Amino acid sequence: MSDQKLTPKERMAIERTTMPEQDPVVRATNFEEVNFGLDRDAAVREAQRCLVCKSRSCVEGCPVAVRIPEFLSALADGDVATAAEVLRVDNALPATTGRVCPQEVQCEKVCVRGKKGDPVAIGWLERFVADWAAENLANPAEPEDKTGRTVAIVGSGPSGLTAAGELARMGHDVTVFEALHDSGGVLRYGIPEFRLPKKIVDAEVACLESLGVKFEFNVIVGKTITVQQITEEFDACFIGNGAGLPMFLNVPGEQLKGVYSSNEYLTRVNLMGAYKSDSTTPIARGDTAVVFGGGNTAMDSVRTAKRLGSKRAVIAYRRSRAEMPARIEEVHHAEQEGIEFMLLVSPLEIIGGEDGWVKSVRLQKMELGEPDASGRRRPVPIEGSEFELPVDIIVVAIGTRANPLLTAECSELKLNKWGNIETDENQMTSIPGVFAGGDIVRGGATVILAMGDGKCAAKAIDRYLKSN
Amino acid sequence: MYEVVSNVIMAPGIHRLEVRAPRIAAARRPGQFVIVRCGEGGERIPLTIADADTEAGTITLMIQTIGEGTAKLAEIQPPGGIRDVAGPLGMATEIENRGKVACVGGGVGTAVLFPLAKALADAGNHVTTIIGGRSAEFVILRDELAEFCDEVLVTTEDGSLGTKGFVTIPLGEMIADPDRRPDAIYAVGPVPMMAAITEQTRPEGIHTIVSLNPIMVDGTGMCGGCRVTVDGEVKFACVDGPEFDGHLVDFRELSTRQQAYCDDQHCRLTDAIEDQS
Repeated sequence: MSDQKLTPKERMAIERTTMPEQDPVVRATNFEEVNFGLDRDAAVREAQRCLVCKSRSCVEGCPVAVRIPEFLSALADGDVATAAEVLRVDNALPATTGRVCPQEVQCEKVCVRGKKGDPVAIGWLERFVADWAAENLANPAEPEDKTGRTVAIVGSGPSGLTAAGELARMGHDVTVFEALHDSGGVLRYGIPEFRLPKKIVDAEVACLESLGVKFEFNVIVGKTITVQQITEEFDACFIGNGAGLPMFLNVPGEQLKGVYSSNEYLTRVNLMGAYKSDSTTPIARGDTAVVFGGGNTAMDSVRTAKRLGSKRAVIAYRRSRAEMPARIEEVHHAEQEGIEFMLLVSPLEIIGGEDGWVKSVRLQKMELGEPDASGRRRPVPIEGSEFELPVDIIVVAIGTRANPLLTAECSELKLNKWGNIETDENQMTSIPGVFAGGDIVRGGATVILAMGDGKCAAKAIDRYLKSN
Repeated sequence: MYEVVSNVIMAPGIHRLEVRAPRIAAARRPGQFVIVRCGEGGERIPLTIADADTEAGTITLMIQTIGEGTAKLAEIQPPGGIRDVAGPLGMATEIENRGKVACVGGGVGTAVLFPLAKALADAGNHVTTIIGGRSAEFVILRDELAEFCDEVLVTTEDGSLGTKGFVTIPLGEMIADPDRRPDAIYAVGPVPMMAAITEQTRPEGIHTIVSLNPIMVDGTGMCGGCRVTVDGEVKFACVDGPEFDGHLVDFRELSTRQQAYCDDQHCRLTDAIEDQS
């Protein structure tokens, strides 16, 4: 701890800290969190690396615009409580984003300190401060000044929770409708315990409840109630119902037993607790698991398979390492845990045994051609390179299509050609007072981008309520 | 918590629960289902909504005790409650006046059939319902169906009630009789029964609608566990169904997918269905 400010030279002299983590061999057999988190001394010292530069590029690099220099300088002074206050006001889910954000392509990418050496470990510090706050501070209280205006939030995933938190702080009366039996959306059913412990999600939701946010579970908007009913009952609405139907490979044999979508595989394990010995939810296990895809969901699935006992857990991706959309840390952790990366391969056919279970998959090698619409080099099949890989479990983690349940019942909502909801620059849909964000708008993105939408929409909803 | 208003035993291992769920009662249409979960850590169990009372705000669920989850559910007595009831899910049945229709139900499938038969009768169809069970005590809803059906035929495997044998016998007689030949058939029950009926009606070209019950998790299209092949295309029973044109369904695939966890001690669902058919 330092009372007097450090000179830039002194700050530059501090090396980036490292994250203490579970031994890879041990953690590949359990579902406990991989990263232990920084201790206070390490966190304060890391925060002192921040140059508190004028450019504040990190704030611009953050989809929810956390005032990073403010929280880092408070932390550098050893004043964790002030750091926590800044974080909580700016970010409804700091303990979550501190764990799952791809900082390396956001705040840390543009960190001025990183121009010479490593950037400040903003993500790890966010996690430290958020965890400290959860342990040491009371949950924020409900604002005394209530506006008397009501807002319905559809979905309790990252975008919905963020919008709910922001709107509750503004004094609006917020009700969240969730289709499943528990809160958090993808934070609960998608992201595994070893990356985001569910007690963290519980604590973040408890914070929102103490701000006055009400939760109603088992309400499927579009089925249980309609958007029209919501607009009649509430002054405004935010739709953050998330990703929908999983995409499959469209190769023969995909209906065999032992072939899962990542949504099903992860939901069984995370939401339904299939990894626990006393679980009522079954999950198929086997010596060899192959996961198709190269994103975070693919990494979560393959690392889950390893933990469920697969001796060989393989990522099969049709492009090369450079095109993988997963966070660097997840790929790194996966490699440490002994995950095999089979790059530049594409599935041709899944082959089953007489018992109807998957037995092997026929793959074809690919090479990279010209860039496609996504700007990534398009994989092109290599003739005659087909080979067969014996496999017990297949998980398909190649993305999702738009969720049709809500939009099918609400013809007034303007959709794009993929079925995602169209919004204006304020996240407002074609229905006045109805806003939307997250995957139902973006068609598959990250937790933090969804949260950015939720925050932006909350501000727009507040303006809308004030002018209507 | 969703209050259980009443719990009546209909047949050995078959309970009828009235559950307070006003939003679902108001929104539901015939053919739709709910997903229920008894308590913390419990399974998510899909159940067809057998009936609803919008004034009382209740829905009727028929529960066959075939596993841990359903057994727990059947034990709940008023004023107890179910922790989670989500729905109504799936597409509603397209109800139209097709003329003469046959509704065929096996075991607890009769409960699924009930709201369908009622809606078809209300729409002006001449409704013949054929219900089957292992023996007389497993035949459910016979009197309730008789209130609005033009004819209710019963089959039992042991001949203790109605025709001895399977539901396909009286159905075959109906098809063969020009005066009774149905214009459409709705079949709900174990997979082998539905598969048998579709093979019976295929050569006759009689439109046959089946209600499928594959393994599900969320019931909202998110997981894809309930995927079935219909006319060579992959469909999700929870959002595209649960009803499909029986002549287009790949029953062999459905049957094998249903058995994914039957070796698992937690899931004895399929065994029970096989026993029953």
